[in-house]
Amino acid sequence: MAALSRPWAWLRRNGLPIYAGFAVAYMLIPIVVIAVFSFGDTPRDRLTFGLDDGFTLEYWESAFAIRELNDALFTSLRLAALSTVVSTVLGTLMALALVRHRFRARRAANLLIVIPMATPEVVIGAALLSMFIYYTLALGFTTLLIAHIMFSISFVVVVVRSRLIGFDRSLEEAAADLGATPFTAFRTVTLPLLAPGIMAAALLAFALSIDDFVISNFNSGIEVTFPLYVYGVSLRGIPVQVNVLATMLFAVTVLAIALVLVQQRRAERLAARVSEPQQPPIPAPGAAATS
Amino acid sequence: MRQRRVPYWLLGPGLLWLFIFFVVPMYFMGELALRSGSLTTGFAFDWAWSNFPDSLSGNTEQILRSVYYAGVATILALLIAYPLAYAIAFRAGRFKLLLLFAVIAPFFTTYLIRTIAWKTILSDSSPIVDVLQTLALVPEDGRVLATSGAVIAGLTYNFLPFMILPLYANLERLDLRLIEAARDLYSSSRQAFLRVTLPLTMPGIVAGVLLTFIPAFGDYINAQLLGGTQQAMVGNVIQSLYLTQRDYPEAAALSFLMMALILAVVTLYIRFAGTGAFMGDADEGKA
Repeated sequence: MAALSRPWAWLRRNGLPIYAGFAVAYMLIPIVVIAVFSFGDTPRDRLTFGLDDGFTLEYWESAFAIRELNDALFTSLRLAALSTVVSTVLGTLMALALVRHRFRARRAANLLIVIPMATPEVVIGAALLSMFIYYTLALGFTTLLIAHIMFSISFVVVVVRSRLIGFDRSLEEAAADLGATPFTAFRTVTLPLLAPGIMAAALLAFALSIDDFVISNFNSGIEVTFPLYVYGVSLRGIPVQVNVLATMLFAVTVLAIALVLVQQRRAERLAARVSEPQQPPIPAPGAAATS
Repeated sequence: MRQRRVPYWLLGPGLLWLFIFFVVPMYFMGELALRSGSLTTGFAFDWAWSNFPDSLSGNTEQILRSVYYAGVATILALLIAYPLAYAIAFRAGRFKLLLLFAVIAPFFTTYLIRTIAWKTILSDSSPIVDVLQTLALVPEDGRVLATSGAVIAGLTYNFLPFMILPLYANLERLDLRLIEAARDLYSSSRQAFLRVTLPLTMPGIVAGVLLTFIPAFGDYINAQLLGGTQQAMVGNVIQSLYLTQRDYPEAAALSFLMMALILAVVTLYIRFAGTGAFMGDADEGKA
């Protein structure tokens, strides 16, 4: 009886973490597959997804050898950069309004921000295309930019907003007490403390834009972004370089996130230190040196 | 007086953008849905209400299939995500941040490339399919790719983070003292879970279900890459009507109906639960 209950007890204690390990591994499988196959040697320079020919660095060395792929990636980067800047500015202002102010249109504003996030991409793409058709607008970079800014805004609002909610306003009040104008207080106190949240939101907007296929497919015209290029060649055979660039993009994004996280932690520590009451209230002689 | 205008100045530009490029396009999609004609003769506006019932009756099969695929994928995602979110919230210790990161890591590789990777993993020559065949889970001459199972697996995988994150956010805020209280009052751990933990995490479950089901219902990449001709979903129909066949009115009618349905579900949900679950916090209540 005891012999049987022991493994059971062990499983009860450790089952959940073990399961979590498996589930996380499952989440990461395709990423590993993409990275591994970027090193796979293949006879026709197209992804065959067999590793019989062993590994090679060839495709990493010739990562930028395919012109159309480079052009598509460059278009995607330019598009993502522009849409990130615009959507981050617009979204941050909206988040400030929603957290800092009480006003009548608040409910409607919340609704207008939430609903695009809950709308299937195919509907967003189709609706925008319907409007562009009506005005016989030429599809291309501009229509892509309009669409990307639109679907990024809501996510920026959500991220910045969650950071603003935990914000210690006494720091701003202190700045005001010390004679700072509202604008100076915003620039020198609010913005630096908010920066990690804004960075995180910008990163998300960037990732959303680089990643988007469905909405772009509806509104791109002849413009080709990175995902659209991959879609186009997926029927004929995908060059291995696609996996190389995808792996690079992933690595760069992960690094950027790590940096933001480190910064966020530092800002939190800083804020915690500033708002901590001085202990003891009247410093004993020599205490300042030890702190 | 000036102070009161500040929020409107802050909100104005962003809301205007959302209005012009989200709300207004919906109007034009509705307008397009009421036109009739063909690509060669042009589409004229003539209150062609019949486009709406026609778009439904012509695509019943794909609509029902989308409900079925998205439904199964959502249930699977919930079953996979709940224990994972629970483990991350309560058992991860100092690995919490790392695990959360792993959960959203798929977002940082292109959706399309990720799905193509699954296509490889499930392809006929892959070792995983061999294993499934050996275990007789898949017939010896059967395949995984181009089946309903492959599409559902793809949908489950791709939208799993949308299930995990709201569940995690909800569990994280759970007051553990309530579970202790239940245990002190002699409930078994199963009773404590069913009568305390589960009801308290219901908002997270509902938010996760909506955030998974809605995009899965509208998706067409998984059906296109992992399915065959027999696995087409509504998204595939809308995509092909708009971009290949260019039968705009029928396409617009179909996606307008989809939008109306989702809008109804979401507003109903927000009425009861507020926008908080979508915004990632609780304080934005039923205001």
